[in-house]
Amino acid sequence: MQIDLSVQNVTKRFDEFVAVDHVSFEVPDGQFFSILGPSGCGKTTLLRMIAGLTEPTEGEIEIRGQSMLGIAPNKRPVNLIFQHLALFPMMNVGENIAFGLKRRAESKSAIREKVDVILERVDLAGFGAKKIDQLSGGQKQRVAIARCLVLEPAVLLLDEPLGALDLKLREQMKVELKLLQAKVGTTFVYITHDQSEALVMSDHVAVMNKGVFEQIDSPKNLYNSPQTPFVAQFVGDNNAWSGRIRQCDQDAADVETSEGNVFRTKLREPLQSGDEVDLFLRPEAMLIQPDPSLAELNRFEVIVKDILFDGANSRLLAHPLDADTELLIALPQTRQFDYIRKHDKIEIGWDQKSGICFARS
Amino acid sequence: MKKQKRWGLYFFLTPVLLWLFLLIVLPHIDLLIMSFRSETIDGKAIWSPANYLNFFEEPIYWLTFVRTAVYSILVTFLTFVIALPLAFYITKVVAPRFQGFLLVLLLLPFWVSELVRVYGWMILLRESGVINHFMIKLGFLNQPVEMLYRDSTMILGLVYTSMLFMVVPIVSVLESLDNSLIEAAYDLGANMWTILFKIVIPHATPGIVSGSIVVFMLTLGNYLTPNLMGGKNSLWFTEQIYNQFIASFNWNQGSAFGFLLLVLSSLVVWLGLKLTKQNLRKVVQ
Repeated sequence: MQIDLSVQNVTKRFDEFVAVDHVSFEVPDGQFFSILGPSGCGKTTLLRMIAGLTEPTEGEIEIRGQSMLGIAPNKRPVNLIFQHLALFPMMNVGENIAFGLKRRAESKSAIREKVDVILERVDLAGFGAKKIDQLSGGQKQRVAIARCLVLEPAVLLLDEPLGALDLKLREQMKVELKLLQAKVGTTFVYITHDQSEALVMSDHVAVMNKGVFEQIDSPKNLYNSPQTPFVAQFVGDNNAWSGRIRQCDQDAADVETSEGNVFRTKLREPLQSGDEVDLFLRPEAMLIQPDPSLAELNRFEVIVKDILFDGANSRLLAHPLDADTELLIALPQTRQFDYIRKHDKIEIGWDQKSGICFARS
Repeated sequence: MKKQKRWGLYFFLTPVLLWLFLLIVLPHIDLLIMSFRSETIDGKAIWSPANYLNFFEEPIYWLTFVRTAVYSILVTFLTFVIALPLAFYITKVVAPRFQGFLLVLLLLPFWVSELVRVYGWMILLRESGVINHFMIKLGFLNQPVEMLYRDSTMILGLVYTSMLFMVVPIVSVLESLDNSLIEAAYDLGANMWTILFKIVIPHATPGIVSGSIVVFMLTLGNYLTPNLMGGKNSLWFTEQIYNQFIASFNWNQGSAFGFLLLVLSSLVVWLGLKLTKQNLRKVVQ
């Protein structure tokens, strides 16, 4: 498989501040690759270095095997879709899309043809003469994408382009963008702070924090087996306990949490008894009032503090009997648990395979 | 309530209307009437277009007129060419905390009167001036050169005087230009010149046009700088008007010239707006 984008040991320093710290990754041809991180983690700086708008302090960036160091953005085979799209208001839709082609001095008829083809591809056929401010948010989005795709870049970079859209449209654009990427086959590098965007659209996701990549993996692995405590907490919701290992075998341990419960959990790495650990548990890993016949469940009692109704994503906010740690528990909307009220005492159970345990550093 | 509102309107509008009417409209009507009056040989005042006919019959008048117009346009253009990169530098290149400082630097020369500034230039440029002194000291020149009283010097002075009026409106439009537009154009393959002509100038057009109108009108009506820096060789139309009013004491001829200058400036501004497809309301904002 051809590697479209290869970033090796790239570092960017602004005076004392290290925005991007020795980041390396490779993106094969045709992949949808996302970089997910909280704001200020250095992901935009990284993207701007790939586009050429910022020069890295150290490291190597290669696109299709060619070093990009010292090459100006207008000479690179990558295009960037800006956070606020940066469509040119002084031009109409057609002129916006033709802008890059004209810079390549292509013939007028070729330009017209390519613009028509790409407009059709993004479902905006006939919009060429419209002004930018006549378009809706989603249409502007598609014009911005068309303006870059028409140049057939090796890699398309996207800087949180869905951030400015309202929720409903964002959900719709997520799916649209993924389908479009599959259709055109261009390599996408997408940065976002929204984990759902990254998980839904990407083939691979890199989670970035404080200038370093914490984990690069498929969305599924990222969710199910996070490699670091940061990934466990940032990707999806997680309940966290701090505790100490009481006793442990090869791949499982009894962990005593700070509020006194003892849970049995599998281990990702060998640990010793007495080690301080952080234990994470997904809301949906917790079963409400589990059947007594189910053995090997960690069971404990909690008091319901509040019911957070959110359709299919409803949760219970609860706390253990004699502690005020907040726990999020998934509440399936099967009507089975409709009897639960605030301040009820309920039993919770979870399977030891669901626990994610990290040694505290 | 309604009565009170109307009273307030009149209260604040009256001074403006009085000012407009007494100081601008009324004198102009008087000048217009005067420009169509002339005296016969026996001293009787009659209506006649003679003052305007004089202008076309005497080449020195209309040559000065054309010269003034062409040079004013040239000065406006030169000011724009210098002001655009300057404004771009202030708004987009320099760190934001220096922006205010640079604008104050630009404003500083305008705290002294135009007369003092022009004399400053004269001290620098005249035959026994500072520049000549150093050029001879450093061996670039054998004998002093008179740098004053040339058209080029006059243009230099006029551009210098007009700078601020071009930079400020362009700075204010460039501030509203989103940097990512420039970066997007760069990313899409544009070079510096394409960005300048396709993105920066189209965005800045309202500011450029309003700056140009101000600079053009100020230059066209400038009396001091052409007179002092251009000397006797560089005729400026305002000098002709001055001569008619003060030297020849021919107020009728003077007012005709005044009106011709007014028509000229209105015509050029109108043409400028038409050519750049701007409308006055948008530019004035």
